[in-house]
Amino acid sequence: MSTVASTVSKLKWNKMNKQSNTYTIIYIVILAAVVGAALAFTSLSLRDKQQANADMDKMRQILASARIVPASGEIVSDFEKYIVGKTVVNTAGEAVDGDAFSVDVAAQSKLKASERKLPVFECRLDDGSLKYILPVYGAGLWGPIWGYVAVDADGSTIYGAYFAHQGETPGLGAEIEKPAFSDQFEGKHLVKGGEFIPVTVVKAGQKPEDASADYVDGVSGGTITSKGVGSMLDNCLSPYRAFLVNLSNK
Amino acid sequence: MAEKISSKSVLFNPLSKNNPVVVQVLGICSVLAVTAKLEPAIVMGMSVIAVLAFSNVIISLIRNTIPTSIRIIVQLVVVAGLVVIVDQLLKAYAYDVSKQLSVFIGLIITNCILMGRLEAFAMANKPWPSFLDGIGNGLGYTIILVIVGFFRELLGSGTLLGYQVVPDSFYEAGYVNNGLMILPPMALIVVACIIWVQRARNKDLQEP
Repeated sequence: MSTVASTVSKLKWNKMNKQSNTYTIIYIVILAAVVGAALAFTSLSLRDKQQANADMDKMRQILASARIVPASGEIVSDFEKYIVGKTVVNTAGEAVDGDAFSVDVAAQSKLKASERKLPVFECRLDDGSLKYILPVYGAGLWGPIWGYVAVDADGSTIYGAYFAHQGETPGLGAEIEKPAFSDQFEGKHLVKGGEFIPVTVVKAGQKPEDASADYVDGVSGGTITSKGVGSMLDNCLSPYRAFLVNLSNK
Repeated sequence: MAEKISSKSVLFNPLSKNNPVVVQVLGICSVLAVTAKLEPAIVMGMSVIAVLAFSNVIISLIRNTIPTSIRIIVQLVVVAGLVVIVDQLLKAYAYDVSKQLSVFIGLIITNCILMGRLEAFAMANKPWPSFLDGIGNGLGYTIILVIVGFFRELLGSGTLLGYQVVPDSFYEAGYVNNGLMILPPMALIVVACIIWVQRARNKDLQEP
């Protein structure tokens, strides 16, 4: 009899209590608190490392535009070695306050050109020549695309470019991150006869409407991504007009 | 339980006879998304193994306390928590791969294999068998991912794990990478081929 009674009471505990609203609510609150605490702990303890990774990745990309490929583990030291100056300029080409590295180019690219903070990274190569590295940010077909353009000290000739994307179609739009695409920018001119004209991207074999503009071939099969690169360069490099023209007049 | 299932069959059945992808046809979405290259496929597989094994153990440990009316929510909370932790760990220790996998690590939460195993196995079994079940099903998923990733990267890019394996002389002789292999539909076709081979070899899997 006693075993039956205990079974019944056990059943009651199993069936009644656990299905009651109070039990359910308390259960889910405790669960949420425990999981939340675990997530907060993970996030806090890994944040520094993640930020360091993100910064290091950004440094790698900036150096890549000046065709410097540091060995893994030497990214930070190489960045400090080659990047000799970080300035923020406004559309008039005057230096303003701010840390060029921490400027959010994505947010800046959505502002009106006159309100933007424009980061400039000065890079001194092994041969002593000075390059100016300008960040660009825009939209591809599926998501954001971004990159860095290294310009010679004359403010016009492109020395190198680096592009990256979040989720462009592999084999098509994603080809913009390959050297085959970005190497085309080498030697193109942004300033002609004192006028700033951004480099455009056209379908392979075609010519741009503005015949005086320098152009590169887009990725075949990646028309929208290629156009995105073109309008990204237009949108993000045009505000540097004064800065670049000043350089070329020096 | 009526019949005792051996640990061995719990661990190894999902690899072939009861494979979550090619037999139960679960988790197909991520197979399409992450298998264009071999490396993300492997990391994705590892992440799923980790999340599946630990969520199975956790759910199995608390299975007798979970109110039935909210058991799916409880399972989701546990899985989501683990997935976010894995995502954070990858961002801290394997940044490049986590960039390639981007949103798909987060989408492990919606991977049907996880919910399926939690509902079907962990809710009714002790922690140790649940752990083995998680490892087994994760491995079964990973194997398919790796096979699909192998063929897609080899035929689509001519590389494996980023290293070129198709010699340059082939390209000079007129060989071209098959761009179609990189697009998601070919993942489905490769999976279908694996299913075909699998069922041709195991007659008992064929539906009448």
